[in-house]
Amino acid sequence: MDIQIRNIHKQFAGFPALDDVSLAVGSGELIALLGPSGSGKTTLLRIIAGLEFPDRGQILFGGEDMSRRAVRERNIGFVFQHYALFKHMTVLDNIAFGLTVRRKALRPAPAAIRAKALELLELVQLGGLEQRYPHQLSGGQKQRVALARALAIDPRVLLLDEPFGALDAKVRKDLRRWLRELHQQTGYTTVFVTHDQEEALELADRVVIMNRGRIEQVGTVDDVYETPRTPFVFDFLGDSNVLDAEVRGRELRLPGAGEALVTDSIHPAGPVDLYVRPGDLRLAEPGRAGIDVRVTEVQRTGPIVRASADLIANGSVVSIELPHLHHDAPAFRVGAQLRLRLMQFSVYPAARGSQTGPTQTPVREREPGQRGRG
Amino acid sequence: MNQATDHSLLDPPQLPFEPLLQRNAVVTEQPWVRWLLTAAALAFLGFFLLLPLVGVFTEALRHGLGVYWQALTDSDALDAVRLTLLVAAIAVPLNLVFGVAAAWAIAKFEFRGKTLLTTLIDLPFSVSPVVAGLIYVLLFGAQGWFGPWLIAHDLQIIFAVPGIVLATVFVTFPFIARELIPLMQEQGNDDEMAALSLGANGWQSFRYVTLPNIKWGLLYGVLLCNARAMGEFGAVSVVSGHIRGETNTMPLHVEILYNEYNFAAAFAVASLLAGLALVTLVLKSILEARHGGELSTSRRH
Repeated sequence: MDIQIRNIHKQFAGFPALDDVSLAVGSGELIALLGPSGSGKTTLLRIIAGLEFPDRGQILFGGEDMSRRAVRERNIGFVFQHYALFKHMTVLDNIAFGLTVRRKALRPAPAAIRAKALELLELVQLGGLEQRYPHQLSGGQKQRVALARALAIDPRVLLLDEPFGALDAKVRKDLRRWLRELHQQTGYTTVFVTHDQEEALELADRVVIMNRGRIEQVGTVDDVYETPRTPFVFDFLGDSNVLDAEVRGRELRLPGAGEALVTDSIHPAGPVDLYVRPGDLRLAEPGRAGIDVRVTEVQRTGPIVRASADLIANGSVVSIELPHLHHDAPAFRVGAQLRLRLMQFSVYPAARGSQTGPTQTPVREREPGQRGRG
Repeated sequence: MNQATDHSLLDPPQLPFEPLLQRNAVVTEQPWVRWLLTAAALAFLGFFLLLPLVGVFTEALRHGLGVYWQALTDSDALDAVRLTLLVAAIAVPLNLVFGVAAAWAIAKFEFRGKTLLTTLIDLPFSVSPVVAGLIYVLLFGAQGWFGPWLIAHDLQIIFAVPGIVLATVFVTFPFIARELIPLMQEQGNDDEMAALSLGANGWQSFRYVTLPNIKWGLLYGVLLCNARAMGEFGAVSVVSGHIRGETNTMPLHVEILYNEYNFAAAFAVASLLAGLALVTLVLKSILEARHGGELSTSRRH
């Protein structure tokens, strides 16, 4: 069942939790709402579920307006971060709950309910644990029971709120793969909330990146990672360096660069912010193309060499990550003057001085050491 | 010294002095301090709690079981017991409903005046019961605000059972709410939301999810509420009028007998109240031992 989200507004005590959010989720799609805390992603999920109501806007399931329906009338499956299993009920009773509370006319026979619950228990690979109580299960098992319970009512959409947030890293990875397979097997339209980019990128068909109550970008994993539309998206999806640069026609000039870079995106002439990932930087011998830098720190961590360098022209600090077998790596050490080359980068209107447009306020959350600004 | 450090991984370290205490040496006091403190605490408990309790039962049985039994089966005493049970049977369920409703509202919803409501629930703890009783006299007494109307309709509240019930409800209403509020706040809304999302209606969510989650806390609150309802003296004394056989509860009956120098009978009835306290204490301890995790009181007290 597809979901249409149209112009949702929601305020909490005067501050906008969601500001004109629209989104279309295709039938059978697995979508991740990704963003830092306070970005509005959980609020959006709860509004889809009917656990919150928007101040304005519409939610449609398969073309049917759900905006004013209560949660129990929407037929959604909701999975909570902390499982919310009924702790005085066995696993079997937990899974059967949604069917047993139905009106008599719609309620299957007890034997049918039991059969369905056992079948779901098999589906989540917990066969044989039906008589256990929640406190006798591990975190990962609890979350799978919670999922089976949500699936028991044959929901129109499946909504998961940070489903793996309370689990440790190893279990989280296993469950991710398992959820992906389960989704392929069952085909429920699924929306899940996460603040973990890796989780979103690994699981989802499409990723919705949110910030301050707005959607910054919607796209496939490749879309958002390769062509981040805003500095926020670029920064949120990984480490980044920010460098001052200037656009003149199709040329991009960096201070201290011997020659200009060419950019295919069209920018009005003037100052821009150039975003580049530490892994997209290379170091070359002096005399070759690139920007003059002085290496200030070199640290070998496993297969990757991390380095810091200062731009000689303006003192900006850049972080660099090199594969240690990088074949044209010069023998670099602290103090060496080398040339910095940019393999891939993104350019955005400069944040400083300019006032318009939502894309012009890069969010500064990471450590200052990873910033390119002096 | 060098030798000692060289072998420190293999041999137990050779300390230059005997360790004072084996465990928790940092936070434990000298033995004599511990003995002294423990003895002081025990002496205090014995003198102020155990001795009076024993005293009640010895006084009650001083003139033998016959007199004891007679004092308890005296018709006024039986009426007092009956009235006390009746008042508790009305006040406790009322406060059960009120306590659950108030705790539900405070723990699960955000609304204006929530802090005020929370404070008001504590009011009976901070107001002297005598004042509580006087408020009802002021409201419903013959010279009170609603007095003329009540007289016109031939209704009597003060110096009658309704007044005693009202006063008891007032004095005991924090017990259940206070027990449930922190418990329900801690449990949050997720379970109820899960139930609703699965299609349960409000009643089903309360009956199958909320109630089982709070049942031990609720029982604990009921227990304390009941003990207080049966034992309340001050507020009830003001509104009761002390009419023997009609508006005398057990605590009031004890006072009357005592004032008449009928010590054996007074202590006999008092021993029932003391027995109630003991039963409450035992049940409370059982609840705390078995279901401590599902009570909020065990963490607060």
